[in-house]
Amino acid sequence: MSEKPHIDIDKVADLARIALTDAEKEKFSSQLDSILGYIDKLNELDTGHVEPTAHPHSIENVWREDRTEAELPTSEALKNAPKQRQNMFVVPKVVE
Amino acid sequence: MSQDLHYKSAAALASLLDSKEISSVELTQAIIDRTQAVDDRVNAFNSFDAEDALSQATQSDERRSQGGALGPLDGIPVGIKDVLAVKGQPLTCSSKILENFVSPYDATCIENLKRSGAVLWGRLNMDEFAMGSSTENSATKTTSNPWNLDCVPGGSSGGSAAAVSAGEAPIALGSDTGGSIRQPASHCGVVGLKPTYGRVSRYGLAAFASSLDQVGPMGRTVQDVAELLQAISGYDRRDSTSYKIDVPDFPGAIERLKGKKWIFGLPKEYFAQAGSAAPLAAVEEAIAYYRSIGCEFKEISLPHTEYAVATYYIVATAEASSNLARYDGIRYTHRAEAFDGKDSVDIYHQSRAEGFGEEVKRRVILGTYVLSSGYYDAYYLKAQKTRTLIRQDFENAFQEVDAILAPTSPNPAFKKGTHTEDPLSMYLSDIYTISANLAGIPGLSVPCGYADGLPVGLQIIGKPFHEEDLVAIGHTFESAHSYCDEHPDL
Repeated sequence: MSEKPHIDIDKVADLARIALTDAEKEKFSSQLDSILGYIDKLNELDTGHVEPTAHPHSIENVWREDRTEAELPTSEALKNAPKQRQNMFVVPKVVE
Repeated sequence: MSQDLHYKSAAALASLLDSKEISSVELTQAIIDRTQAVDDRVNAFNSFDAEDALSQATQSDERRSQGGALGPLDGIPVGIKDVLAVKGQPLTCSSKILENFVSPYDATCIENLKRSGAVLWGRLNMDEFAMGSSTENSATKTTSNPWNLDCVPGGSSGGSAAAVSAGEAPIALGSDTGGSIRQPASHCGVVGLKPTYGRVSRYGLAAFASSLDQVGPMGRTVQDVAELLQAISGYDRRDSTSYKIDVPDFPGAIERLKGKKWIFGLPKEYFAQAGSAAPLAAVEEAIAYYRSIGCEFKEISLPHTEYAVATYYIVATAEASSNLARYDGIRYTHRAEAFDGKDSVDIYHQSRAEGFGEEVKRRVILGTYVLSSGYYDAYYLKAQKTRTLIRQDFENAFQEVDAILAPTSPNPAFKKGTHTEDPLSMYLSDIYTISANLAGIPGLSVPCGYADGLPVGLQIIGKPFHEEDLVAIGHTFESAHSYCDEHPDL
């Protein structure tokens, strides 16, 4: 624990919207530092003139007709909601 | 009769069904009986609905008796990895966050499978959200390797591989993001194929890393795997990354390409690294077999191999952090009871903390970090560029060779608990399978022998959309050996 962790774990956990326990923070910080250390290997490569790959077999301009189709009815789409009422998700109040 | 059925191939079962020697109801009952007899030890299934399977089997028998069987899979039970949507069935991804989720629709590959008349059978265990190589990251249960119950089945499709190996399903669907079909197939002594990226629709597959994920077939013979691939393949307008390309006759390729003198590449980076690795002896015997029937071998180089694992863990975790943002505690997941009502986002923090397991948290955190402001170019963009170099390595190699032979995994199945505290060492066990996902090319694992009494697989990596070659090459080896008839003692 002498070195400062590479990852600001509080900031990243907040961005990821995951509440971590102190034990998890400590464990993940050191594990992720060793993973990032391994990943730094990529800096050995000069990729200045290399195009990035987003899709291994490039597909361009995927279109379809703009037609309405039958989709899931609201009642079906809401079936897995943890809380629902009157065809809507129930969420806690966020404004005063 | 019925206790013999569980280790017959799907092809053999199809001819028994066709000749009316058995019914699909008898077959499905035999599979249910087998599952009930062994699954308390194997733990391959998260859940199954025997009544529902028997009712699908009854419908298949009715079709057949009226002369309307839908094809070679009609009436054959197919196990389903718990990552694919089947309307009205649970879909948990082996995660607490989806423990009560019931699919409102069918995945496209499931729709296709239903059209083939197959009996959809159970929900197979996996590493949570397919993140892992041992199925130990499941929030549901730990699956055992049927060959040695103290060992892992591999992962993430460990439930699928174990079920097929243990006779709890003749064939099964898995998904492969970095080796998740091929590695467990190798560890459990079964056949597994990762198709070319874009061959099978991902619509209805719970996304892990969208640019790497592919659904694929597992079975005890290459022909069965080819038959299942046939049923699920094809362009789907609901998956904009699926590819508009003809679907050839995969099972027919076995006859059509029989006797072809293939030119194989042996990547020197794979074999140099393998060193004294246990599976190497069996893989080298397989190579000697192909040589003995007149195939040609060339040493090839895939110079960026050593960067594949690092590239993968950037691309896969970045995409996962984005994909898993949908599990928010609001719309269709577990919601925490206790959260800070004054903080408008704390409900997300708490629901995700309760719902996700450790490996998922670790990867979402890593993925969030590599995509975060100031780091995008250094990590994600860099990895996408390295990915281009890895893809080009294969393009260059395939100018000279038809396919590449390699071990599927650097080790046979390991004991449970071996890597659970050291994620990096677990990640490195995917070293031979990850590159095919980064390059988007197909790979097949076929049982080729044993190391330390556990099965090991030969990996055959092919050109994009050349799954026919893989099937023909794999079948050539399989038909000259008896591995597909060797089963674990359970």
